[in-house]
Amino acid sequence: MTDSAWIDAALTSARPQAVGALLRYFRNLDTAEEAFQNACLRALKNWPQHGPPRDPAAWLIMVGRNVAIDEVRRSSKQQALPEDDVISDLDDAEEKLAERLDGSHYRDDILRLLFICCHPDLPATQQIALALRIVSGLTVKQIARAFLVSEAAMEQRITRAKARVASAGVPFETPGAVDRSERLAAVAAMIYLIFNEGYSASGETSEIRKPLCEEAIRLSRLLLRLFQSEPEIMGLTALLLLQHARAAARFDADGEIVLLDDQDRSLWNQKLIAEGLALIDKAMRHRRSGPYQVQAAIAALHARAARPEDTDWAQIDLLYGALEIMQPSPVVTLNRAVAVSKVRGAEAGLRMIEPLAERLSGYFHFFGVRGALLMRLGRNEEARVAFNRAIALANTSAEAAHIRTHLDRLIRDSTAPGT
Amino acid sequence: MLYAILCYHDEDLVGSWTREQDAAVMSKLAVVQDKLKKAGRLGPVARLLPTTAATTLRKDDPPVVLDGPYAETKEQLLGFYIVDCENLDDAIGVARDLGAANPGGAYEIRPVGLFQPGGTTE
Repeated sequence: MTDSAWIDAALTSARPQAVGALLRYFRNLDTAEEAFQNACLRALKNWPQHGPPRDPAAWLIMVGRNVAIDEVRRSSKQQALPEDDVISDLDDAEEKLAERLDGSHYRDDILRLLFICCHPDLPATQQIALALRIVSGLTVKQIARAFLVSEAAMEQRITRAKARVASAGVPFETPGAVDRSERLAAVAAMIYLIFNEGYSASGETSEIRKPLCEEAIRLSRLLLRLFQSEPEIMGLTALLLLQHARAAARFDADGEIVLLDDQDRSLWNQKLIAEGLALIDKAMRHRRSGPYQVQAAIAALHARAARPEDTDWAQIDLLYGALEIMQPSPVVTLNRAVAVSKVRGAEAGLRMIEPLAERLSGYFHFFGVRGALLMRLGRNEEARVAFNRAIALANTSAEAAHIRTHLDRLIRDSTAPGT
Repeated sequence: MLYAILCYHDEDLVGSWTREQDAAVMSKLAVVQDKLKKAGRLGPVARLLPTTAATTLRKDDPPVVLDGPYAETKEQLLGFYIVDCENLDDAIGVARDLGAANPGGAYEIRPVGLFQPGGTTE
């Protein structure tokens, strides 16, 4: 690896801890980011000459803090001194060693940094953009590309989100146990959102948005490193790994969706699957179930099936049943109905989704599933109506194209001799 | 004499490598490994999954199962090699070659006392 590639990786991996600590000192996101940028510039000059420091994050925190303090001192010659609480914790400059060893401290720094991105006032897209910018350190250009918007629009979105976070006030006190677990849940939800932004992309955009999935996995692993005994964080990480393992098989050469049953399972990433299965195994031992663990367990059953017909649908039905109790939602019931139709037949699946019709009347997948079940029962005319509705509701051209293949089959079947 | 070369590195850092960077490191390492393999000196080689996948069993009475790796350190055990070497100098030489292919972190070189590749107890 070249120097610059190595330094890039080191700066990226140190970023959450360093920006998190600088935010604690300066209590201002812009100051913290600027201090980190300045420290990075010095690292680019200094590290190739003197070799990498043993602890890049500690180096960046020290240098970033010192540079920022120098700047405050310089500008204070022209204007009144800033109030003390603007620059907190100035006295412990000698304590860098203690700082480095204090794992619990930086744990809360990183959690805080992630948590401020999840402010409830921010719409989901802004939360994600902010997290990718501040925590992951992606450039505005990279984020804009992943969201398929212009750089200027993304810049504006991030600036707005930052302003809102700043006006809401950042929680700087060390969180208590209850606060910490609430923060953890909010952060987990945001990481899941980032992943879904990448995962739900299709066709030509799936390649562009794949980095979102990888970034979500990186953040999830980071969170798990900080909170090693949290079964839901294990579940979340396992879920993301198991879903992402199928990435190469989910679309064909033309960018069309390939359903689970039709995927070439040899394209599944076995290394990610191994890690995902290891994590869900670990999580289950805690016997503190939660929605991420259940969803990961479902993904694990798919991952463990060498062929589609080996899938343990009965177990998947039970797991969706558990998820329905934890997180009642018509979408969960819809998924359960697919499992039920595999175990007890299309008729049973159809009966299960009928009551959802009203609540899911604008949901593409409802009509996709309904059409497929009706088709299996030979109720082709009703299936055609459902598929047409699905096409009208499709979110992407790949979704619409997939439904069209069903419609084509219906037409073929109805014109075939003997039917 | 068999030596274990235990690979320690900052896991966050290795996790921040791009796929291309990771592949580049692995292919450089493969060159060193191939040389050892051709000389019949290379034993098992392992790259471990992240420490987040690790579980530790403390052999207390009763034994306690803990999440995570045994040691909470800046650098984590990420993999190992077993290599047949003349002596310590030779083993350090091998570690140097591996290190040139994959800079950063540290190798712990430990002579192997008992080696049972197939787990037999004869």
